[in-house]
Amino acid sequence: MPSVKLPRKSTDTDMTPFVDIAFLILSFFIMATKFKPQEPVETKIPNSVSSEELPENDAIMVLVDSTNRVFFSVLSEKDRSVSDKIVTKATELRQIKLTPEEIQNFRKTPAVGVPFSRLSALLDMDPAEQNAGAGQPGIPVLDSTDNQLATWIRASKEVYAELGRPLKYLVKGDGASKYPTIDAVISAFKKNDQLKFNLVTSLEKAPTGSALDQLNNRMPAAKE
Amino acid sequence: MSSIDSGGGDGGHKKGPGVKKAKKLSTRVDMTPMVDLGFLLITFFIFTATMSTPKAMNLLMPKDVNDPKNQNEAKESGALTIMLGKGNQVYYYFGQLKVDASGNNFQQTTFKGIRQIIIDKRKEVMGRHVHDLSDADSRCKDMQELAKKKGDPDWQNACLDRDFVVIIKPDPDSNYKNMVDILDEMTINQVKTYAIVKILDQEYELIKTTEERNGIK
Repeated sequence: MPSVKLPRKSTDTDMTPFVDIAFLILSFFIMATKFKPQEPVETKIPNSVSSEELPENDAIMVLVDSTNRVFFSVLSEKDRSVSDKIVTKATELRQIKLTPEEIQNFRKTPAVGVPFSRLSALLDMDPAEQNAGAGQPGIPVLDSTDNQLATWIRASKEVYAELGRPLKYLVKGDGASKYPTIDAVISAFKKNDQLKFNLVTSLEKAPTGSALDQLNNRMPAAKE
Repeated sequence: MSSIDSGGGDGGHKKGPGVKKAKKLSTRVDMTPMVDLGFLLITFFIFTATMSTPKAMNLLMPKDVNDPKNQNEAKESGALTIMLGKGNQVYYYFGQLKVDASGNNFQQTTFKGIRQIIIDKRKEVMGRHVHDLSDADSRCKDMQELAKKKGDPDWQNACLDRDFVVIIKPDPDSNYKNMVDILDEMTINQVKTYAIVKILDQEYELIKTTEERNGIK
């Protein structure tokens, strides 16, 4: 009786498809990853049902952190010269003199959180040494007669009016910041007759059965 | 013998008996290190990827008008005033604030409870609405036009809640999250007319005493 000989199969598997998939996923993530922009201050933003996209260019952002400090930053990756114009205009309005180096340095500053009296000292520092706003006291806003944020907004508004480009106004606040500070920020906008602005929030689903949910179901294409 | 020995069968016979055949190397490469590296990079990119990009929420503030003639007036029957206090507490009253010996219409709830109150009030106002086709009702037409433009098939009912007005009064102890939450509640419940207004001293006092009574710090 001849015994049936089973062919010996090799133990190593062909890894090629596996590698293919792995690199496909890898290339997807490389393409899809957008690195988090460096945050000048840590903010935990509240949720809302709003799904509008956040502008990345031609916008100014007012940041309010959990300890009610107010920061101002310019978002214009495409055209960095806007930053120079805004800081020049703002200091002109406040009658402060800055050196050209300091103006240049404003581009690299992630956010300004100091009163105008200390702006020059802040811009003398290397952006790396500014320590992401840790040592900055915040822009004074609570004094209604001297709301310094209003000056920054006015400067930005005037610069963009000269450029003839629309400017978006963003407010990014920490959920724990107190209302009086937010109110002061809003009144800084109001002082400049800027009544429309955006609050930065993270997306949340509309509760099922609510009026908004029903509306979205009625017209799925016209979601806000 | 300067030519490279390809190791093929055809050249084999030329070699003498003492010449050893070159060892045939396998063409297969060990891919394990490459796969290791690949997965390492995948993990890295998965962790650094920002999946939830922040969104923008529109906020339109009314212009401060000092002239009393131009001020918007809310109908008492359709007004709901919501006040935000500390500890995520919400206080509300309908119409005008009434404080007298027999009690007041000042009530307390939470963010979970306020939704039902808004929904109920909106239904009540919508139920009371009398359809008026006269030209005097231009605001109603505007609201219908707007809904029509947006593509809402239910545009004819767009002005039913015309008289429903929510007045939001965050008190100094409330935080930003409370404000965003209540504004979001307006979007969720499709409240078309609402405003953020400065809180009155009387209301703030009332909130403070209520907070003290309830032990909210």
